[in-house]
Amino acid sequence: MLIRQDDGFHHPVASEITPAQVYAKRRDFLQQLAAAGLLASAGGAWAQSAVPRPGKLAPLNSKSATFAGAQATDTVTPYKDASTYNNFYEFGTDKSDPAENAHTLKTRPWSVDIEGMVKKPGVLNLEDLLKLSPMEDRIYRLRCVEGWSMVIPWVGYSLSELIKKVEPLGSAKFVEFVTLADPKTMPYVGSRVLSWPYIEGLRMDEAMHPLTLLTFGMYGEVLPNQNGAPVRVTVPWKYGFKSGKSIVKIRFTDKQPLTAWNKAAANEYGFYSNVNPKVDHPRWSQATERRIGEGGLFAKKLKTLMFNGYEPQVGQLYAGMDLAKNF
Amino acid sequence: MLSKVPWQQALLSPRAHWAWYGVLAWPLVWMVWALFNDALGANPAEALSRSSGDWTLRWLCLVLAITPLRHIAGVPALLRFRRSTGVACFIYASVHMLCYAWFDQNGDLTEIAKDLVKRPFIWLGMLAFVVMLPLAVTSNNASVRWLGGKRWQQLHRMVYLLPVLAVLHFYWMRAGKNNFDEVWVYTLVLSVLLVWRVWWKAKTSPRI
Repeated sequence: MLIRQDDGFHHPVASEITPAQVYAKRRDFLQQLAAAGLLASAGGAWAQSAVPRPGKLAPLNSKSATFAGAQATDTVTPYKDASTYNNFYEFGTDKSDPAENAHTLKTRPWSVDIEGMVKKPGVLNLEDLLKLSPMEDRIYRLRCVEGWSMVIPWVGYSLSELIKKVEPLGSAKFVEFVTLADPKTMPYVGSRVLSWPYIEGLRMDEAMHPLTLLTFGMYGEVLPNQNGAPVRVTVPWKYGFKSGKSIVKIRFTDKQPLTAWNKAAANEYGFYSNVNPKVDHPRWSQATERRIGEGGLFAKKLKTLMFNGYEPQVGQLYAGMDLAKNF
Repeated sequence: MLSKVPWQQALLSPRAHWAWYGVLAWPLVWMVWALFNDALGANPAEALSRSSGDWTLRWLCLVLAITPLRHIAGVPALLRFRRSTGVACFIYASVHMLCYAWFDQNGDLTEIAKDLVKRPFIWLGMLAFVVMLPLAVTSNNASVRWLGGKRWQQLHRMVYLLPVLAVLHFYWMRAGKNNFDEVWVYTLVLSVLLVWRVWWKAKTSPRI
């Protein structure tokens, strides 16, 4: 098989980095491949091994995670799109606002408070978090509730590694993520769009699932501010807004957290918000999605997959639940 | 009675008309240029859809502002620009519609029909477009002659439905994101323009 599962996303040493002029010809090379009819069979492997480090921010080294679901074989979204088309309302509601405004975010020093029903509460510095477990790269599909999607190579480790270290009590049923709300650096904190700070949450079994990623980087580098630097979560089977950015507090609780979008419009955004093509948003269909950066303007939209294509990995978490009610 | 002031005379020249057509076409020209020069960001389909919708609203505000401006500023020549602005409003609405039909629904008519039944947001937008159709079709001198001035004017009073439909459509679109700042701006502008008409009518109609 051509797809190299164990080595999907590796980082070259300096001497191995492709010269820019050669790299710039990659599209010609791809086109030639396509012309030769080879692309169809080689596409998956090529997409994975060719994720280039954009060279914008500090590198973040990692090994490839290899378990089921960790390496999507879809074509990775261009870094430029993934870092300029963002929803991060603290920096503005237009998709281009975060990339323009988030330079004010101060990501050092940074710490995350561990609170609530847990044996080892306390404050974890970013430096400690970065060392807590080996970094892995994972290629995940990201499906926004608005009907678009990307494919992003993240860097981080399973949130479960952190949860195990802080030892939640048996009574803890949910994990709440509180994100930064600093009016000095975030111009839209205080706007009436949402209540701040932006709060998200997961059920304990969702938070413990190996796919749930405590994320520090993407494309082999630390996170750009607009993508939730310095630390965020990524939950690939849920709509993007469930993946809180720039996290400052993780709280263990026995009550379902009151999450930001659920508070703003409970009939539109449920607590679970699992990607589900069969349950429409009240104002638009969720059956299809537009893959950003792919196929040009007239490309047909893709069919949205149940649990964003992660059903084999996470379907059992929701066995017996009415997903139309618990949307 | 047309003004004798030179700059108002200049407004009546064909050159002024062509300059105005240029202004009306400019956003569309920019959209096409941006499309071919990769300047619409990561989601060009969405950018085109939103931009054409925004411009439809802006031209609607402008077309409804012409009559009040004529009276307030005392520039009757402005009337000459009303019809072209109205037609521009319709053209941008058509682009907006095509964006929806093509980008969002892959041009699938059965999907569009299903969507229409299900969603008031889409339904309202479509209704606004349907209201615009007869106005756009009769925006020529031949139609004015054929209908007669009075009936033509009665037909074109349907334009007053558009601010209501358009603002509701826009409101619903922004509702999920709780982001109403622009909605309030358009609501305010359009309300002022409509209220002015009521006031003007009361002021100018003969008292009994």
